Amino acid sequence: MIQFFKKKRYPKFWQEHLDKVQNSQKYSNFENIRFVAIDTETTGFDYENDRILCIGAVAIKNNKILVSDAFEIYLKQDVFNKETVKIHGIRKNGNEEKLSEEEALIKFLDYLDDAVIVAHHTAFDVNMINQALKRLKVGPLESKQLDTNYIHKKIAKTDTYKKIFSLEELCEIYNVQMHDRHTALGDALITAYLFLKQTAKYKKNNALNLFDLINTNYHLIK
Amino acid sequence: MKNTIAERIYDFLKNFPPFDVLEKEQLFKIASNVKVTYIEKDNFVFKQEENPHEYFYVVKDGAIGLYRGMDNEQILVDICDEGDIFGLRPLIQNDLYLMSAKATEESVLYAVSVEILKEIIQTNEKVKKFLIASFSSNIKTPYAKGTNGQLFANIEMHTSNTSFTEIQSAEFSKNPVTTLKTSTIKEAAQIMSDKRVGSILIVENKNPIGIITDKDLRSKIATGLVSIDESVTAIMSSPVKTFKQKITVAEAQIAMIKNKITHLCITKDGTTHSELIGVLSEHDIVILHGNNPSLLIKKINRAKEVTALKYIREKTSNLLLGYIEQNIPITFISQIISEINEAITIKAIELSIEEMDKEPPVKFGWLALGSQGRKEQLLMTDQDNALVFEDVSPDKYMPTKQYFLQLAKKVTEKLNVIGFEYCPANMMASNPNWCLSLSEWKNQFDTWIKSPTEDAIMMCTIFFDYDLVFGDKKLVNAMSDSIYDSINSFEIFLNFLGRNALRNPPPIGFFRQFLVEDDGAHKDQFDIKSRAIMPLVDAARLLILSHNVKDKNNTISRFKKLIKLEPKNEDLYLSCIDSFKILLQFRTNQGLKSNDTGRYVDLNNLNKFEKLKLKGCFKPIAAIQELLNIRYNLAQMM
Repeated sequence: MIQFFKKKRYPKFWQEHLDKVQNSQKYSNFENIRFVAIDTETTGFDYENDRILCIGAVAIKNNKILVSDAFEIYLKQDVFNKETVKIHGIRKNGNEEKLSEEEALIKFLDYLDDAVIVAHHTAFDVNMINQALKRLKVGPLESKQLDTNYIHKKIAKTDTYKKIFSLEELCEIYNVQMHDRHTALGDALITAYLFLKQTAKYKKNNALNLFDLINTNYHLIK
Repeated sequence: MKNTIAERIYDFLKNFPPFDVLEKEQLFKIASNVKVTYIEKDNFVFKQEENPHEYFYVVKDGAIGLYRGMDNEQILVDICDEGDIFGLRPLIQNDLYLMSAKATEESVLYAVSVEILKEIIQTNEKVKKFLIASFSSNIKTPYAKGTNGQLFANIEMHTSNTSFTEIQSAEFSKNPVTTLKTSTIKEAAQIMSDKRVGSILIVENKNPIGIITDKDLRSKIATGLVSIDESVTAIMSSPVKTFKQKITVAEAQIAMIKNKITHLCITKDGTTHSELIGVLSEHDIVILHGNNPSLLIKKINRAKEVTALKYIREKTSNLLLGYIEQNIPITFISQIISEINEAITIKAIELSIEEMDKEPPVKFGWLALGSQGRKEQLLMTDQDNALVFEDVSPDKYMPTKQYFLQLAKKVTEKLNVIGFEYCPANMMASNPNWCLSLSEWKNQFDTWIKSPTEDAIMMCTIFFDYDLVFGDKKLVNAMSDSIYDSINSFEIFLNFLGRNALRNPPPIGFFRQFLVEDDGAHKDQFDIKSRAIMPLVDAARLLILSHNVKDKNNTISRFKKLIKLEPKNEDLYLSCIDSFKILLQFRTNQGLKSNDTGRYVDLNNLNKFEKLKLKGCFKPIAAIQELLNIRYNLAQMM
């Protein structure tokens, strides 16, 4: 009864998110898992005051990046920081079609489905999303999460002491071409490439399964 | 929704065939549905005998080697680099993979759904043709019936939209001005001036029997040679050259040049015994076609000195450049250029004879050898020529030979001034070894044929492709007869010639700036002459010799003749003709671009499209070498 009551309290989109992640049957077989590489462009690095400008994402399944299963959405901006415009090129009143934060998050969660999130410095992107969800009185994300930085640390043979690798550094190490840097979908694609190459290398020494990969994420809760 | 990734993939794919000919929406649909995959070095994308995937692959980064397993050995069949497609044939033909695909470098591949492509094939004929062509370069025997003319569809894609006049039917003047043979010259001239025409046809029962042009009136009437009251038959040129209605501009030009005439009659069935329906004049062609080779020939015939010939030869280079730019068929171009080169040589011989103290003591023949003999010479290349003279009594032999050597020296000097460089191997009529009497030539060929050392075979490949440029046809016929007699009495010679034809197997293909060889080795330079053109020339020569066919010295006409003689090999020979044309055109382009003979192709300057085009030519070469190998049992001789 309490369970039922609790369920009623959440908006439909959030309840669906929780159900999808909790009920997913796919996580045991690596080839069936849908991974989603994401990247967000934001007005800055302050979780409280800065806002998401754009979310880009592309799915990976069975070692293939699915171009047809990509996501790219721009958000209406209340907070505007002209300093970061130089980086991401998204102006306050640019030409892209923009959605409200709520519309954007609903679409994103629908797209995300039961996928495992992959990002570079995942904590930042997920935190920005969680802050936005909080403003909608829901969250945090239930999805399982991976971070290309930490997968690298697990398989790296050199510089193992180093804590943080930038996306550029990893691109150099894994020989990934950097196109469309600082667009959300462009960075998501680069992250997806890194993930493909990392899992190929990881597979060499280990039988590949999700839980081993998740164990590389000792700092992440999920 | 906007999809930046799909746009990037679109931008990549649109540079490569067959994606470059897709409609924008079609390609975007493909790009939006690509699956990107990563293969580590030495890992397999698929293995031979496996069931096909749902996708075919395009290499985005890296390199994929295609291997065929034979007796525990992996033979490299092809290597794919950026933009190459592989793994498509089994999907369309519902077959297992015939080869294994292994990453020779770490690679990123675009996997493209075959279902989308199948939809596109239904509606896009160009793509279909390209795919047929690319299959044929990936499988061993692509010469199935029905693919003729489609094999090299990728060429057509680039030329089909260019309109060039040479293969159009020529527009001729209908209702030509005519008169009867009972008319007087004065009457005929009156009609011509009334109708303001430069020529008049003489007809009998509507059939053309002769023609009078302004020139005839000038040279035969105005000079007082013939009276204006005589019958037109006194000055008409007769018989006339007749053709069918659908004569092309190219054919018309060649006919005019060959026969040194300016008017062709068009009759109902193309013979002189049928109704005249029109006249095609040189002027009609000049109007159609600003740049006129017949004019160049005229200038050659009028030339009084070598410098004029040199100038004309340079003009010819411009003409060639123009033809190539207009994508005019290479067979037409090579005929025109050969006619011009021949006319220049003839003029050089005539001028040289004038310089000699006396007329030639006996009949002789001036022979063009090698590519000029085959009429395949497009660019300025070396002179290769020889001279044959009638047998004379022993006491007259030395003076006769001295005369012709002196003549040959004059001719080769002139040709050199005109722009045909001396042959570095001294294969010229001015060399005492190649300025021989008929019986000496017979002996020489007989010796080469009956003791086929490597050198002898090499000589045969040069001297067998001779063409009489100037002089006595009978001498040359006698030479040809004796060659066939020698070959027939010593048939194993053909096997030696066959072994020579297989010296240079074609390469596998290209990989980035390299040429990939059979053994996997890489080279950065491609000798298009010895690796692709000569193998076809050698094969055609050998096969035509084996059939005892005389008077076929041109590679394309040899293959055409072979199709008639061996209909079962029609598809193979057709593909050889196609390849040969492409290669010749390619070499000419290269030569014009780099201002040399075009023999060595710098692979850095080739685009993907050109490499695919060349690669398509290698398969027929491999196939015809295979045929020679079996027919002449050459494996045992090697």
